[in-house]
Amino acid sequence: MSEFFQATMIVGMLTAGVRLATPFLFAGLGEMLSQRSGVLNLGVEGIMLVGAFVSFYAAYQSGNLYVGILAAMGAGAMMGLLTAFVSVTMKAVQGISGIGIHILGLGISGLFFRLTMGSIVTIRGFPRLRIPLLSRIPLLGQVLFSQNWMVYAALLLVPISWVVIYKTTFGLKVRAVGENPHAADSLGISVNGVRYVCVIIGSIMAALAGSFLTIGQHEAAFVNNIAAGRGFIAVALVYFAKWRPVGILGGAFLFSMIDAFQLRIQIIDIGIPYEIPVMLPYIVTILVLALSTRGRVMGPTALTKPFIRGVHT
Amino acid sequence: MQTHKRQYQVFLNWGVPVAAVLLALVVGAGFLSAAGANPWVAYRSMFYEALGTRYGLTETLVKATPLLLVGLGICIAFRTGMINIGAEGQMIVGAISGTTCALLFSGLPAILLIPLTFLAGFLGGAVYGFIPGILKSHLNVNEILTTVMLNNVALQLQYLLLRGPMMDPQELAYGTGYPQSAPLVAAARLTRLIPRARVHSGLYVAVILAAVVFVLLWKTTVGYRMRTVGKNYEAAVYGGIRVKRYLVLSMVLAGGMAGLAGTIEVVGVHYRLLDGVSAGYGFSGIVAALFGQLHPLGTIPASFFFGALLFGAERLQRSVGVPAAMVYVIQGLVVVSVVSSDYLSRKFLQARVDTEAKRRRQEGDAEADGSSVAAERNQVGQNGAEEERPSS
Repeated sequence: MSEFFQATMIVGMLTAGVRLATPFLFAGLGEMLSQRSGVLNLGVEGIMLVGAFVSFYAAYQSGNLYVGILAAMGAGAMMGLLTAFVSVTMKAVQGISGIGIHILGLGISGLFFRLTMGSIVTIRGFPRLRIPLLSRIPLLGQVLFSQNWMVYAALLLVPISWVVIYKTTFGLKVRAVGENPHAADSLGISVNGVRYVCVIIGSIMAALAGSFLTIGQHEAAFVNNIAAGRGFIAVALVYFAKWRPVGILGGAFLFSMIDAFQLRIQIIDIGIPYEIPVMLPYIVTILVLALSTRGRVMGPTALTKPFIRGVHT
Repeated sequence: MQTHKRQYQVFLNWGVPVAAVLLALVVGAGFLSAAGANPWVAYRSMFYEALGTRYGLTETLVKATPLLLVGLGICIAFRTGMINIGAEGQMIVGAISGTTCALLFSGLPAILLIPLTFLAGFLGGAVYGFIPGILKSHLNVNEILTTVMLNNVALQLQYLLLRGPMMDPQELAYGTGYPQSAPLVAAARLTRLIPRARVHSGLYVAVILAAVVFVLLWKTTVGYRMRTVGKNYEAAVYGGIRVKRYLVLSMVLAGGMAGLAGTIEVVGVHYRLLDGVSAGYGFSGIVAALFGQLHPLGTIPASFFFGALLFGAERLQRSVGVPAAMVYVIQGLVVVSVVSSDYLSRKFLQARVDTEAKRRRQEGDAEADGSSVAAERNQVGQNGAEEERPSS
């Protein structure tokens, strides 16, 4: 009997792990695209918060969850436009301006949450979408093929990102702009144009990551600061992944499994204060960052460097 | 001519960020309207509440004190090229270590106990700053990410201690279980400056330290080296500066200042460690330091301004029904516009030099002046770089 209990628990944990990987995948792949073009978008956390609130509120008001998704994408694009304007056109120090975007997103989501709802409201999020046949595979079917559509979309984005970055002209331009903007410029590529596009797409994906935290859950609700550092972990993931889509996939699962694990520890009381498992994902992030710098794989050469024609930095 | 240009540069250094803050307030007015408040009434009530009443003014100073201390640490770290976002966590750890010290040595007289408590707070924060510092210098781990993660860890550590070993025995005895430590003895508490107001002598400590940090950064070799590392890392390496040492040192000092801010909040305001002692000062201090042009003395008025803003925003809820989260919107807008304006001031300065050069060429003595204009252009390049913030 206890064996059975343990098996269901492990399946439950793995299922939760796949679900929890979704926001990391959306935000991490978006951030990777942005960094590949040479822009460090540190405001992901704030954009996620705005996406989480806007999607929830739009879905709550309209009664249609897909309206929520569209609203999140719109809000993400707006935040992305602001981020791109500040870091590409105004050439701000990206590490600092990103913190500004984070605080702004925290403020906007908190302000309008208090104004419009004021207290926690729950609605039904996206239902599970069992994939025919595949969902009947023992264990794997439960873990991988009985999730909602956003989980599948996030997983599909991994190969899509790979194709876009390595197999399309657009991807080639992105890499050129991130590695050697002056050479790209001399070939007639609009460096700033490519960066705007990448930052905006990345921000839309961050907002979608946020929407998953609200309407992507079975019991959808928005609470203040719902992202709880996931946006920053997504940025860390890009370093861990060494700017490769497959690395993002691996990293997202590593973190989500740790998250799922620590949530379980909190539920089953094993006599340690619950603050310790809550610390776990953050400590692991630091350790993983420290270890992943070995091997000296450098990121895009022009990362965080604004482009000014004729000025080499 | 030289002083004229100097004046113009000073004007740009101060005028442009002030204009940026005004722009942020104008955009913030849009948000206030969206929140259903009259922006003019809201701002007026905010600043009247914060600056126009005796209570408001003293509370503004209470808030300015930790902002200034955190901001000074930020000046040191950012000038050295370390983007320290971890002041919040360093403040919490400093508050924990300072409180622990004050509770342990409660038998000492105030003259010994207070300096010892300050030292403990400083060291706590310094150790917590050392971690991201050493990770950056020796393993090249992005300090922005580690400091953000460490903030979350410190927050949990605080809950853990306040619910466990550090909880007030009284709370346990009465079974209320409120997460706060035992109160500090009178000897550990800072003097209050004005009767019936919370403003305390920690304010003096902060202002004195602003002068100390100014001297450190601009009048000592150590400070010169730290700024060189921040301004041009490769040149610093080439120049034989032990860059790793200064990267770590800047984080230790920045963490120490934030830790001291945490301790001073405890011994000056609350008289015990409680949940939420950092109250977002770790982030607001960054905003204040940026608005103060990452200059220790500029951070003094900037902290005062943001202290007023924080207190005014708290009051906003009661006076015009706008949620206190509005203060984050304004702060975010301020950071974004101040960091953006940096580029504009450099551009204006360059444009002015260019027109000057053109005018001289038109006057016909190009031959005589060509070299001096070139020299001047060069110099502006350097001056421009002088004010440039370290890049991440």
